[in-house]
Amino acid sequence: MVAACLPRERLRPLAGWLLLLSVGSVAAGRIEDQTEQFFRSGHTNNWAVLVCTSRFWFNYRHVANTLSVYRSVKRLGIPDSHIVLMLADDMACNPRNPKPATVFSHKNMELNVYGDDVEVDYRSYEVTVENFLRVLTGRIPSSTPRSKRLLSDDRSNILIYMTGHGGNGFLKFQDSEEITNIELADAFEQMWQKRRYNELLFIIDTCQGASMYERFYSPNIMALASSQVGEDSLSHQPDPAIGVHLMDRYTFYVLEFLEEINPASQTNMNDLFQVCPRSLCVSTPGHRTDLFQRDPKNVLITDFFGSVRKVEITTDTISLQPDLEITESSYKKDRMDEELMEPLKYAEQLPVAQIIHQKPKLKDWHPPGGFILGLWALIIMVFFKTYGIKHMKFIF
Amino acid sequence: MGLLSDPVRRRALARLVLRLNAPLWALPAAWLERAMRSVGLEVYTQSFSRKLPFPDEAHERYMVSGTNVYGILRAPRAASTESLVLTVPCGSDATNSQAVGLLLALAAHFRGQIYWAKDIIFLVTEQDLLGTEAWLEAYHDVNVTGMQSSPLQGRAGAIQAAVALELSTDVVTSLDVAVEGLNGQLPNLDLLNLFQTFCQKGGLLCTLQGKLQPQDWTSVDGPLQGLQTLLLMVLQQASGRPHGPHGLFLRYRVEALTIRGINSFRQYKYDLVAVGKALEGVFRKLNHLLERLHQSFFFYLLPALSRFVSIGLYMPAVGFLLLVLGLKALELWMQLHEAGVGPEEAGGGPESSPPLQPAQSVGLASLVAPLLISQAMGLALYILPVLGQHVATQHFPVAEAEAVVLTLLAIYAAGLALPHSTQRVVSARAPDRGWMALKLVAIIYLALQLACIALTNFSLGFLLAVTMVPAAALTKPYGPRPLYATLLVLTSPAATLLGSLFLWRELQEAPLSLAEGWQLFLVAVAQGVLEHHTYGAMLFPLLALGLYPCWLLFWNVLFWK
Repeated sequence: MVAACLPRERLRPLAGWLLLLSVGSVAAGRIEDQTEQFFRSGHTNNWAVLVCTSRFWFNYRHVANTLSVYRSVKRLGIPDSHIVLMLADDMACNPRNPKPATVFSHKNMELNVYGDDVEVDYRSYEVTVENFLRVLTGRIPSSTPRSKRLLSDDRSNILIYMTGHGGNGFLKFQDSEEITNIELADAFEQMWQKRRYNELLFIIDTCQGASMYERFYSPNIMALASSQVGEDSLSHQPDPAIGVHLMDRYTFYVLEFLEEINPASQTNMNDLFQVCPRSLCVSTPGHRTDLFQRDPKNVLITDFFGSVRKVEITTDTISLQPDLEITESSYKKDRMDEELMEPLKYAEQLPVAQIIHQKPKLKDWHPPGGFILGLWALIIMVFFKTYGIKHMKFIF
Repeated sequence: MGLLSDPVRRRALARLVLRLNAPLWALPAAWLERAMRSVGLEVYTQSFSRKLPFPDEAHERYMVSGTNVYGILRAPRAASTESLVLTVPCGSDATNSQAVGLLLALAAHFRGQIYWAKDIIFLVTEQDLLGTEAWLEAYHDVNVTGMQSSPLQGRAGAIQAAVALELSTDVVTSLDVAVEGLNGQLPNLDLLNLFQTFCQKGGLLCTLQGKLQPQDWTSVDGPLQGLQTLLLMVLQQASGRPHGPHGLFLRYRVEALTIRGINSFRQYKYDLVAVGKALEGVFRKLNHLLERLHQSFFFYLLPALSRFVSIGLYMPAVGFLLLVLGLKALELWMQLHEAGVGPEEAGGGPESSPPLQPAQSVGLASLVAPLLISQAMGLALYILPVLGQHVATQHFPVAEAEAVVLTLLAIYAAGLALPHSTQRVVSARAPDRGWMALKLVAIIYLALQLACIALTNFSLGFLLAVTMVPAAALTKPYGPRPLYATLLVLTSPAATLLGSLFLWRELQEAPLSLAEGWQLFLVAVAQGVLEHHTYGAMLFPLLALGLYPCWLLFWNVLFWK
């Protein structure tokens, strides 16, 4: 950009200009590094869907779990308009509650997580499997108010937290219905196809929680569970004044961990995976990251739990060049997605071909039960006593 | 036998009581009402009265009337749809006064709490179980025992659970819990486990059937003590008596327990605060319930407070005993058909049918008479003692209760003379094999009865099966007749009752001499008849109308000519 030939008397100011420009370009290089870091994660907004699937007084701890996560998520910046909170909500005003209008998460009543500013979007009998799946997939009747919708787009990071009673492959909703891991995986796939999330963090605190994330097959999902298949998640501490258990162990230690996070923390997901080892939790927490594109150590906790607006004030101008490499790789990624989508279309839910064409299974032979033997012996004895043993030669 | 056995004294007392027209001791109902109201409960009273079929010598009462007082603590934030009951039965003497004090203290404490989701009813009844029965009948709007009770003014919703308290002293060394109820019904095992948990938490000493919990289950002593406790429970359950107010609650499917405070010679004593804490814990836990107790067993036997034997383990025993009867019946049936087939083989072919039919018809006719007569004896045993008590007292110098018992025993013994009389009624054409048909019918009858009894009251079914099945299976008209006769008499229902009384006292380590045992037997018979009329206990009708005729059939078989 410097002119080819110049008169000698203008060289000194020109050199000065060169120096300034070079310094400027070095500074611009640093700013470009910074802007590159600025756009490291692909999301622009955060959502949270927090679900407590049990009701009744003895499930106090599930409501306390969910409300504690709600509290942390709100503290780290996600506003109520971006949180869908589903609770049975019959703890604070239950006639058995000795401290009405409160829900405590710590014994000695240190922390009331109910408070004045809790906005429950789906309460009591509205927490059903159908409503949960409609919230996730967006197939909601047009009369639903905005506070009950998950209005996420393809640049949203969503945190989904579920707690309640579960088993191997299912989660119980309010003592009357269940959601299976296959349904959940399909709902996430619908979300992916409709581009309703950028990245998704799924946390579940139930017995045998790891079975719920076994069937996921959509990209960009990271999952954590409080216990493996075959293990029970245990509750933490009973409170003698209230008379029930107040929290579950896994969520209690996750909360202790989250209390130290502030919006500017650089703590990453690997630290979250270490929360609640077997010695504290008795069950073995598990996680799944194979569907996630980024390395968990590059993923900040606040990418999911907080709503951190990236704002940097600078007086320099930055001209953003279209990075050919990145566009090419993203183009290839899109193409790869489309290629990969064919084999990932349906999870092998029911192997019909196998069932139709399989050979009959050889069942183990059991000797006939004592009852049947006795009955036949009785019948034979009566027969021969009645008709005489001389008839035997006609039978055999 | 008692206060009323001298006829002169009896007549004087009757005249005096009629003149006064007042019971000898009455519940201080007005004071109780004031006390409960000052604590802050909604108080109501209920009066009841009843004329017993004959004077009750154990409690010294005949024309019973009384007042129940109950206070309701309403749940502060819940609709009054469910309730819990704490009841204290007061008898004819002030033996339960400490319990009333504890009840009022608990009521005052509960009134200050806000976490009650069910109403709590504090009930003080007069005349022990009669008052409880009157209150329960009025509460559930039924009339099963002929009690005249005034309707209740205040109600509190469906009763989920009840605890009955009997304390006679203000310091206790141990708490005894009773679970067996009317007709052998038992509360849900969860309620007993709840009580046992609070015994452990509060460090209280709790006993079952008056026996301590065995500590050492590895040596012989532990299981032996467990066996003794189990046998005591079997005997108590078989008697079908309500061993406390809880027994009457069980009829309405309200889980209930009776807790008795015992003051024995032990160093470590607990005051009523400790007992009250345990009760408070029990009520708080029951308050948390959302459904009726139904998750645990309803049929069980307890060798210790922390161990139980479930129905799946003990029912096969009775099954095998009844199988003996079944096999015996099968053998008799085949022998009968062999006897019928014998002449057929001699005649051969189609001429077999005519000779068979007269034999069968004669067999049936000779069966009907013993059956009818035995059943008539059973009916007489059921109806005559109570009906004929006044006639008996006019002709003999006995009291009414004695008359009832002695009439009963007389009819029972008269049944032994039956075979000699029935032989004259039935024609002498009874074939030689007729006794087989009668025994077959008797065995099937016995098996059916025992099966039905064992399903509802396992202990009674098992006890009767163990005594009656061997004798029934062995009875034959030929062979050593005196031996079989003594065996049959020793296993008759009355002898079983006598034997189980001796066994019961032996297990409680208070053995009886023969004379004491006989007296206890007479009292037990009188109580059995009385409880059938006042509470609907089924032991007396089962034995009189069901098992006694069956036993008479076997007696007939034994003396078949």
